[in-house]
Amino acid sequence: MAQWVYSPVVKDHFMNPRNTWSEEEHFEADGVGEVGSLACGDQMQVLIKVENDRVADLRWLTYGCASAIASTSMMSELAIGMTLEEAYFLSPERITEALGGLPEHKFHCSVLGDKALRAAIDDYLKKNGKPNPWQSQVAKVICECKQVTDIQVEELVKSKEATTLEELEKLTGYGTVCGKCKPQMALLFDQLQHLYHV
Amino acid sequence: MEQTIIYLDNNATTPLHEDVIAAMNRANELYGNASSMHAMGREAMEAIEESRQAVRDLIDAPEGSIVFTSGASEANNTVFNLFRERIDLGSKRNRIVTTTIEHPSIIEMVAHLRELGYTIDLCPVDHTGRVVMEEMEKLMGDDVALVSVMLGNNEIGTIQPVKEIALLAHHHGAYVHTDATQAIGKIPVSMEELGVDYLSLSAHKFYGPKGIGVLAIRKGVPFAPFFHGGHQEGGKRAGTYNNTAIVGMGVAARIAREELEEESARLWKLREMLREGIEASIPNVVVNGSRDYCLPGTLDVSFPRAEGESILLYLDLEGIMVSTGSACASGSLEPSYVLLASGVDIELAHGSIRFSFGRYNTEDEVHYVLEKLPPIIKRLREMSIR
Repeated sequence: MAQWVYSPVVKDHFMNPRNTWSEEEHFEADGVGEVGSLACGDQMQVLIKVENDRVADLRWLTYGCASAIASTSMMSELAIGMTLEEAYFLSPERITEALGGLPEHKFHCSVLGDKALRAAIDDYLKKNGKPNPWQSQVAKVICECKQVTDIQVEELVKSKEATTLEELEKLTGYGTVCGKCKPQMALLFDQLQHLYHV
Repeated sequence: MEQTIIYLDNNATTPLHEDVIAAMNRANELYGNASSMHAMGREAMEAIEESRQAVRDLIDAPEGSIVFTSGASEANNTVFNLFRERIDLGSKRNRIVTTTIEHPSIIEMVAHLRELGYTIDLCPVDHTGRVVMEEMEKLMGDDVALVSVMLGNNEIGTIQPVKEIALLAHHHGAYVHTDATQAIGKIPVSMEELGVDYLSLSAHKFYGPKGIGVLAIRKGVPFAPFFHGGHQEGGKRAGTYNNTAIVGMGVAARIAREELEEESARLWKLREMLREGIEASIPNVVVNGSRDYCLPGTLDVSFPRAEGESILLYLDLEGIMVSTGSACASGSLEPSYVLLASGVDIELAHGSIRFSFGRYNTEDEVHYVLEKLPPIIKRLREMSIR
């Protein structure tokens, strides 16, 4: 038989996903995060339980392709037991490495578990009125389909590589798949233009 | 333990018919260059002409119309390229009309020509994937050089009213091409009846070998070769004859013609069996395409809240081979343009699966799929966002 599409680890996590949230299970979550959209083809939700500033337990749901399922499953194994700070900075590269690698185009679109986890931690801190010292340190994804971040847009606007929204679209491809991010991107673009060039 | 293999991806390609394999094995001895004058060359040419006749009979094409190519992609490119050349030479007919759901070998050609500045209009299709005739009428005019419409769609199986389109286009003085690749061996295809000027087909979709196909060209219509460099095919297509593949295609064509009626009915029965089974055993499914105008072996279904690549790979692990319109399996981020052009919701396009039947599929295989598929969809939906 020819090799499978993905690595043996991906195959294992795809066939036997860990820590999924089954319909029967009552899971009292301290924080919930959701990223992606059905229109993009990938959407995920992460629920965490926090004890002593650590991710004590985690459940997840994913609508997506095999590498989205496997990478979220792997993320859950890595994150449980981490301090909130470690979990906040769990990178997609680390997840991909643990999976034994993913094809380039899959890395960008399907490894979203880390972002959903971060959103869950944000949610937990906010709900509990705790300060969020890490939020400003990480890039925020504006266009989920093409993985365009606010930092990336800021650099393009600052350097005048993108002087119009059309140019920004050409350079990044934002908004060309599901289009959900367009209003948010337009707002960010205006703010940045104002900040740097007006 | 023997691995289960249920091949339901016959619109992608088909296995070789056993008679085709046998004929090709014999034809491997025909090493002569069919363009040579000596005995070995003449022997090869005789076999090639026999195949030409078999293909001609299969599609009821006019005499002298069959030109061998490397497949339908080359045939399609040849047609668009020759009209591009006429436009370059200053023809007043400088517009091409085709549809939004053609095969990539036309869609990509259109994108390329548009980038270069040519005017190409895409006729929209309705929610079943059928060309909207009123829209096609609006696109007609005395500046139209070529109208190209596929006969049966590869993804959703929708059959186009090519005969009506040809009448309309001819009325406006345009030439007409159809890509009949998916229709061959599944529904009757007659070039005379359709009234088209050019017709493309590919052998590997009807149990012939890959890398060989035909462009049928009606006598007296414009032509310019895509490949230059030899006098083969009356100067219409250069390149040494692929004797083995041409012989294989000829045998496949003869079988396809002989068994068409029976095969067509059998494919539709299998397709309907699977459709009814899916609708009965899986809640919330959407069958894409047209019920009334559909290639008999094609079934395209969307499963909301289950993503296509995951369905495909879970089926693959059970030995069932299908294809999907999901973006995740395409290497790009865009889901199936055919479904989107038919007005299918983007989420449904991501969750679409194409089952395409062929001559080697059985009712037992449908039962096996109906046993394996529902738990897969249930599992993915349970894992999906609620």
